[in-house]
Amino acid sequence: MVAAIGVLLGALVNLSGPGHYVNWGFIQISYGNLIVIGLMVITFVAAIAIPFHRRGGRS
Amino acid sequence: MSKTKTFKPDRDVKPWTGGYRPYDIAKELTVCILAVLVITIGLAVIFGSPDEKSVTIQSWSNANQVDFAQTAITELDGSSASATYGAPYNNVADTGQKIGPLALESWAGVTHPVDPPKDFVLGPLSTVTGAPGVQAALARYNAASPAQQAKWQKAYEDAVKNAKEVNGVLVVPPGPYGPVGPMIAYLTAMAKSGALDTSTVAQSGFFSTDYTKPLLFISDGAYLADLGTTHHLSGDQWGMMNETGSFPGQAWLWLYTMWYQVSPFNNANSAWGANADALIWALMMLLTVILALLPFIPGLRSIPRWTRIYRLIWRDYYKGRV
Amino acid sequence: MTATPQTDVASDPEVEKQWTTKIRKALVKALPPERLIPDRQPSYLSSWIYVFGALTIGALTWVIISGCVLALYGPTWWHTSSVGLFVNSTHLWSVELFFFFMVIHLWGKFFMAAWRGNRQLTWITGVVTFMISVGTAFTGYLSQTNFDSQWIATQAKDGINSTGAGAFFNVLNFGQMLMFHITLLPVAVLALTVLHVLMVRRRGIVPPFEVSAKPDATPAASAPAANEGGVA
Repeated sequence: MVAAIGVLLGALVNLSGPGHYVNWGFIQISYGNLIVIGLMVITFVAAIAIPFHRRGGRS
Repeated sequence: MSKTKTFKPDRDVKPWTGGYRPYDIAKELTVCILAVLVITIGLAVIFGSPDEKSVTIQSWSNANQVDFAQTAITELDGSSASATYGAPYNNVADTGQKIGPLALESWAGVTHPVDPPKDFVLGPLSTVTGAPGVQAALARYNAASPAQQAKWQKAYEDAVKNAKEVNGVLVVPPGPYGPVGPMIAYLTAMAKSGALDTSTVAQSGFFSTDYTKPLLFISDGAYLADLGTTHHLSGDQWGMMNETGSFPGQAWLWLYTMWYQVSPFNNANSAWGANADALIWALMMLLTVILALLPFIPGLRSIPRWTRIYRLIWRDYYKGRV
Repeated sequence: MTATPQTDVASDPEVEKQWTTKIRKALVKALPPERLIPDRQPSYLSSWIYVFGALTIGALTWVIISGCVLALYGPTWWHTSSVGLFVNSTHLWSVELFFFFMVIHLWGKFFMAAWRGNRQLTWITGVVTFMISVGTAFTGYLSQTNFDSQWIATQAKDGINSTGAGAFFNVLNFGQMLMFHITLLPVAVLALTVLHVLMVRRRGIVPPFEVSAKPDATPAASAPAANEGGVA
């Protein structure tokens, strides 16, 4: 039980191994940062594209 | 009350004469707080956080006593990065970065004095008791003329380039380095025992939380620098925005670190490269001021209207109008 | 015996002269309760992008709470306790989410040109809050008491020293950096966030661009309309 909580409080996915990097011209970016930035762009586009319907359908 | 001035669409608005509808902002804020809690706990449980153990002078010298000895001699002879740094650590001529004529670094003065030969080598060695060999070597060194000391230092620095670790013992090829040999050998032993970690911090008092001296000492060696490069954290690896392991880092520092990767800042031999830190900081300050004062800058403040992304954001309103 | 009605006290010229009365009246005039905590919004607010300010505040809430838990046990607790490591992880990820939501909020406000209609200070307080947040995160990384703190300190010292600021702001001084991180900078971030939100309440949410092609000859409204902020 204690061990299970210990694992839960630690991490299910181990990100402590060596990182991976994308090299593009002079740009060098880690997978972690690339994913975060990519998610930000996707989230921004989704936020302005997805309709914001009012409850009750009031115009 | 409206002022009579020309309407500028990127600066001004017309008063809203349209409708309002009920909206529960307290509920919205509560939902947002709870949603972020769920996401935060989820990410923490799945990914955890990085924790690479700190380097100590002890761990450094035990991992690589050759690098330690090679660094120690540069501290003694005053050629290390810390010894030749200048303000705010010590008074060294022709140091300090400039922004044009502004020598801000030098002007700020020496406010955290660090004297590497004394603080990192001679001082710790002078605290040794019960080791007559080293105490005699130190006395001989201190009694010699600066010219003689310099000869011993140079001889040791030449010899230690070919030093090796044999069965856990530092072996430096023989040379005319006099007392410097035993001094550095004993300093290495002190480092491996942890005594230097304590003495470099405790110089500031029992409760010191100021790690200036041990951090400068450690950063003068190749060991810490190699660790940084391994973790992809060096300045020329976009390191400022990276984190150890595969964790996301500080993506918001992308522009700050980008300038270090491009010409002319990445050319250490040019004036631009030599003053890169100061110049890039000044550039980032300028860009920050431009961002803050964007509302007042014609052209830049028109970009939102030109790019028409607002047509998507307010499409319900525009549909109603049409 | 009848109690003196409050209205009699309020019209007393002695009371009217008081700093307290003048301050209260100025505050209530600038931000009447229905504008401070509005229960309605203009009908053009119809997009998910508007949620990102509140999401940023949500993230900041957990940054502060997780930071307070870390403070309860001291700066090295998380290295030796699995609960501490978990709390540290929540602190890290709430910070990542804070910047994630704040920058998307910035993008949204930029493309809305949200500084229009006398809202320049709202924009400026937002940018300054962003910059101070970057500094707060920086001192946080310095406070981790591990290799990352050591590396960041020894690297950043060159940049900060080059400006002369290193003579005062010593990134190698853990005690100084920790105190900046847990007291001075969070107070600054909170104060600026409050100021920023109060500015949003005072000016109301910026209305859309007009879509007419012709340049408009009508005078501009530089002050917010009386009905901005929810009063019909």
